[in-house]
Amino acid sequence: MQNSYPLWKNALILLAFLVAIIYALPNLYGEDPSVQVSSNRATPLAQPKADEIQNLVKSLNAPVKDFEFKDGHVLVRFTNTDDQLKTADLLRDKMGSDYTVALNLAPTTPGWLRALGADAMYLGLDLRGGVHFLLEVDMDAAAKQAEERYNDDLRLALRGANLRYQSVAKDNGFIKIKLKTADEKPQLLALLNKDFHSLEVTEPEAADEVWLKISERELKETSKNAVAQNMTTLRNRVNELGVAEPVIQQQGENRIMVQLPGVQDTTRAKEILGTTATLEYRLVDVEHDVQKAVEGHPPVGSRLYYEKNGQPILLNRQIIVTGDQIVDASSGIDQDGRPAVFISLNGVGAAKMGKLTQANVGKPMAVVFIEYKVETKVVNGEKIRHKEKVEKVISVATIQGVFSKRFQTTGLDSPQEARNLSLLLRAGALAAPVDIVEERTVGPSLGQDNIDKGFLSFVVGFVLVVLFMAVYYRLFGLIANFALAFNVVIVVAILSMLQATLTLPGIAGIILTVGMSVDANVLIFERVKEEIRNGNSPAASIFIGYEKAFATILDSHVTNLVVAVVLFAFGTGSVKGFAVTLIIGILSSMFTAITGTRMVINWIYGDRRVEKLSI
Amino acid sequence: MKTTNINFIGNRNIALIFSGLLSIISIITLSVQGLQMGIDFTGGTLIEVGYQKPADLTVLRTTLDESGFADATVQNFGTAKDVLIRLKLQEGVSSADLSTKVLEAINKHTAEPASLRRVEFVGPQVGDDLAQDGFLALLYSTIGILIYVAWRFEWKFSLGAVIATLHDVIVTLGVFSLLKMEFDLTVLAAVLALIGYSLNDTIVVYDRIRENFILIRNKTTEEMMNISVNVTLSRTIMTSLTVILVLVSLFFLGGEVIHGFAVVLLFGVFFGTYSSIFIASPMALILGVSPQDLIPDVKESHLDNLP
Repeated sequence: MQNSYPLWKNALILLAFLVAIIYALPNLYGEDPSVQVSSNRATPLAQPKADEIQNLVKSLNAPVKDFEFKDGHVLVRFTNTDDQLKTADLLRDKMGSDYTVALNLAPTTPGWLRALGADAMYLGLDLRGGVHFLLEVDMDAAAKQAEERYNDDLRLALRGANLRYQSVAKDNGFIKIKLKTADEKPQLLALLNKDFHSLEVTEPEAADEVWLKISERELKETSKNAVAQNMTTLRNRVNELGVAEPVIQQQGENRIMVQLPGVQDTTRAKEILGTTATLEYRLVDVEHDVQKAVEGHPPVGSRLYYEKNGQPILLNRQIIVTGDQIVDASSGIDQDGRPAVFISLNGVGAAKMGKLTQANVGKPMAVVFIEYKVETKVVNGEKIRHKEKVEKVISVATIQGVFSKRFQTTGLDSPQEARNLSLLLRAGALAAPVDIVEERTVGPSLGQDNIDKGFLSFVVGFVLVVLFMAVYYRLFGLIANFALAFNVVIVVAILSMLQATLTLPGIAGIILTVGMSVDANVLIFERVKEEIRNGNSPAASIFIGYEKAFATILDSHVTNLVVAVVLFAFGTGSVKGFAVTLIIGILSSMFTAITGTRMVINWIYGDRRVEKLSI
Repeated sequence: MKTTNINFIGNRNIALIFSGLLSIISIITLSVQGLQMGIDFTGGTLIEVGYQKPADLTVLRTTLDESGFADATVQNFGTAKDVLIRLKLQEGVSSADLSTKVLEAINKHTAEPASLRRVEFVGPQVGDDLAQDGFLALLYSTIGILIYVAWRFEWKFSLGAVIATLHDVIVTLGVFSLLKMEFDLTVLAAVLALIGYSLNDTIVVYDRIRENFILIRNKTTEEMMNISVNVTLSRTIMTSLTVILVLVSLFFLGGEVIHGFAVVLLFGVFFGTYSSIFIASPMALILGVSPQDLIPDVKESHLDNLP
């Protein structure tokens, strides 16, 4: 019997079909507009709190569709977006800053499907609405910061080892150490060899000098760490913003992609993601003359700063506490009604602050607000990145008494600024400044439009092809159509299993697949027709037709595949989605168009003699 | 459809001259007029807003002009209610928060606030990268094809296939440039998909030529090629038609965003089909393909078996 498949082969094909249907199924269920509440502290939400939230939601009188508590977060489903938005706003007010209230689209996939691990495809931002940012990490700044750090560490180490130096200064990519006497050079070299082996040592002609350079490897490591820490910080900030299912990914060496589904207020998102704001606490230098410093002679150990009103002020070089020692910050109003940030320090910071305030009661202390701003401008056709480190003294206050762990800082312009600053302090500082180099925002109405249009053109295209095939190839055409439908189900199932992101170009890819995947069947059927014309029996024609067409299908599809893979490798974002659907479509069409149709044709023509094929 | 017997290969000079002219015209158009590069490649800002009623573009233009966005282009997008505002990367102005400013500006003077449909901002660094990646994708897919076809067939076929495919790409881009449509990332994806499709078509014909080289011995290379093109003709046309059907659906129903994609593939499939019939095989013939290139060398193995 040439035209029959063994039982196992049929069973396997049908099993594949069944599995594909199950995993494609979740896509038929819609999504509920919902509100997700989770804790932004280390401890996840517990049952009592969840019950409390449930009662709270009930008291808000919103028509809730369903209430779930799972994996440490509460999910409240609604029937429409109006209820969702209203409740979310109310909840945000009531829950305070310890909890994140985020809008979400929760799939309505039934439990038994979810138990099988079947989930709907993930809709891309162009279909669900939201913001996409590409942030570029400023590697030069990261390198500069590393240099700065070494500079400070070296001074400390030299002092610790009792090596007297004239200067330790950054110069042209080098850190140059000038000793008081050349005699101590051997000790210095020994110290460097012991504690600073990541620095490359050069000995210039001057006998009392040593020049140091951060090694390439160390620099690379620094950049890598800067990107990694920035990602962590961005993740924290996004969580603070209250976004369900954010995507934060590294792209290339120094870029970070942030996708925030459902976010519409891009201005605030940009403000929060892009800024590198932090605080520093320093003692005010009251012993020296400010005026001299303004004229260009700052005293050793102090630096010149400017207050908000432009007033110059001298501050101690030594920092008491920096932003990264802040473990918690919240915003509010102080006794006098001014916007304030309430700060908690970690152990190290608290100890330092305690020791310092104890020794300096009655002396003034300043809070310095530091912000990096990076802008890309085009000047004379050249793209120039403009970096600015903005340092301003936001408040100077006399130390009234000893404090360490908790205190407050005022001097901010608005409650909004206080809120943003506290958020940024909580989320941690960016290790290096970032620049927004790409933004794509899609409004929710456009997203739904895109889905509708994509779906409609898919249906119409599919029906047209199905009619065309049925008219031209009759029964064989119908069988090919069955394979075509099977193919679409497989593509959707695989995309769902991979949890790939479906984008508008991705939908276009599926539609294109519909048009192209009948190609294999056209090849086979034309070959069968040819064999019949050559005088072969129907059964033999089927057999030879499939046999001979196979090599052709393989070669032609593989070339197509090569191009699709290249497209995947070089495509970004939505184009990648297109390439993925194309690749899956090409592969699965080979399976459905060859094996799937053969199975059905075998059932129909396999074990009987026919005079004529309906082709 | 009955097997045809059209002398495609014999009349190859007509097709080659026609294609040569088409390619030259396309290259001229592309170099004179160029492609309307979208912000994906040039960098810049694009804002799409929607109104309840048809929007008054003149008012929008004056408003933007007054607010200091003199080089903004304003046009309808798809319907009269949708407006697309494009801004170039501006001299001396940071571009990241441009979109916010533009939206503030246009809402200042209109009674009904515009609803934001989408914002795309591409910085200069990213634009350069995307353009470079796009170019590399074209380059690597071409190299990939050359290698694969040379491995499965022979280098003359490989070169013929690449020439036919490049012809399709150049002519399609020429048409695209004449239509003055915007060339963005999605369109680039369509161009690459076109390469895949056009190649697929060509390979089917080549595959048959290879088969016939082995089966048929008493005919000239030219005759064998002609037979091969003719027997695969109905398949070539059928597949093109099914693809064109879905593309027509996509063109009319898929919305404005996907328009360029559909247009490139519609023209691309048309030229791709044409080139697989009229160009690919003659090219291989001109490059000197003969049955000996593909048939395993019988003589040598015969000699090997001699005692």
